[in-house]
Amino acid sequence: MILKFKYFGMIAEALNKEAEELDVDFTNVAELISYYQTQLKDINFKVAVNHSLVDLNYQLKNNDEVALLPPFAGG
Amino acid sequence: MLTENEKYRYSRHLLLDKVGEEGQKKLKAAKVLVIGAGGLGCPVLQYLTGAGVGTIGIIDFDKVDETNLQRQVLFSINDIGTNKALAAKNRLEQLNQYIHFNVYQEKLTTKNALDLFNQYDIVVDGTDNFSTRYLVSDACVKTNKPLVYGSIYKFEGQVSVLNYNNGPSYRCLFPEAPEAGSVPNCSEIGVIGVLPGLIGTKQANEVIKIILQIGEPLSGKLLMYDALQANQFTVDIQRNEEQMKIAQQIDFSSYDYDYFCGIKKSENMKEISAQELKELLAKEDIQVIDVREVHETPKVEALNAINIPLQSVPYNMDKIAKDKKVVVHCQHGVRSMHAIDFLEQNGFDNLINLTGGIVMWEN
Repeated sequence: MILKFKYFGMIAEALNKEAEELDVDFTNVAELISYYQTQLKDINFKVAVNHSLVDLNYQLKNNDEVALLPPFAGG
Repeated sequence: MLTENEKYRYSRHLLLDKVGEEGQKKLKAAKVLVIGAGGLGCPVLQYLTGAGVGTIGIIDFDKVDETNLQRQVLFSINDIGTNKALAAKNRLEQLNQYIHFNVYQEKLTTKNALDLFNQYDIVVDGTDNFSTRYLVSDACVKTNKPLVYGSIYKFEGQVSVLNYNNGPSYRCLFPEAPEAGSVPNCSEIGVIGVLPGLIGTKQANEVIKIILQIGEPLSGKLLMYDALQANQFTVDIQRNEEQMKIAQQIDFSSYDYDYFCGIKKSENMKEISAQELKELLAKEDIQVIDVREVHETPKVEALNAINIPLQSVPYNMDKIAKDKKVVVHCQHGVRSMHAIDFLEQNGFDNLINLTGGIVMWEN
């Protein structure tokens, strides 16, 4: 399944890119988080699919646009 | 009522059919509290003052530093060393003599937040740390005030209108505070000076839209702005009743947001290695508490752990044994430390942290 990823803030920095297309074998958001947890260590993030925040059970579909959103501290 | 002088001053508003004299009276009657007179607070305050928001509260405990002048546009070199809330008021009074300013030269805390918020219609978040952000959000839920949220990171920013017309709160967006030190602020990693100007101006715009009841406030949406690409990316966020309830139920007389965000820690915490835990499990009846989120993996069956995510620890203390050793773990051993810090403040003395978390166990 092909997913289009968008990365923000510290996540884009940690992965050294702002966007990419990946052929993945996970099917829901909980698995997606586990997949990224190894690369992103303790960076906290929320997942939005096609511009809507989704919960862990959300079933991903081919060509979904997936955004990884970290919180920002600064003001 | 607007005086003739006010009608002249605000004439460009009065010309707009979406503002007009009625709208200008709404602005004059409005009371807005701005938390933090820093990078975001300065542009917010400048535009709200210019627009004629009648009563503006400014709270900041910090003093103006020369390094602030790169982005905090209300201050001059003569303000260095002066309290920011006071320096901001002095500047803003030069801009608009019709505004009533309330200056609070103190830190926002669980002790003063509710009384303060109750005196205003809208709260603006211009803080620079998670501890205060969660405090601001929870206090807005408790006092039922809309919160115009903004935050920044290097070249990127976030804006949202929270807790407005039954919309989501900050906890609905980010239920869990990031691990302490994992998300740096501007003083640690820098920020491009114009960014808080861009984000703060969007916040001021949202405040004015809410007061005037015009346009579509950013309620239920998180706007991400990237200054390098000039890209805007908007995401729909949903209200989560469970998270709203958590905010409602937090007891401000005892809750410590610095503990919640893991900023404070105790010095004498007991630690256990994965190997020692294996030995302990073999010879003693102990309890294991997993403070990770429910979805986090791997789950280790041998530990037979009770899962109490960190954020819900304060409401589940009755599930934690007091009559035997309790090992607390998370993924890397940081959140569990925060849980123990919090629980020790609440009378537990039988808690042990799994050093390095479940990752060490797996290894």
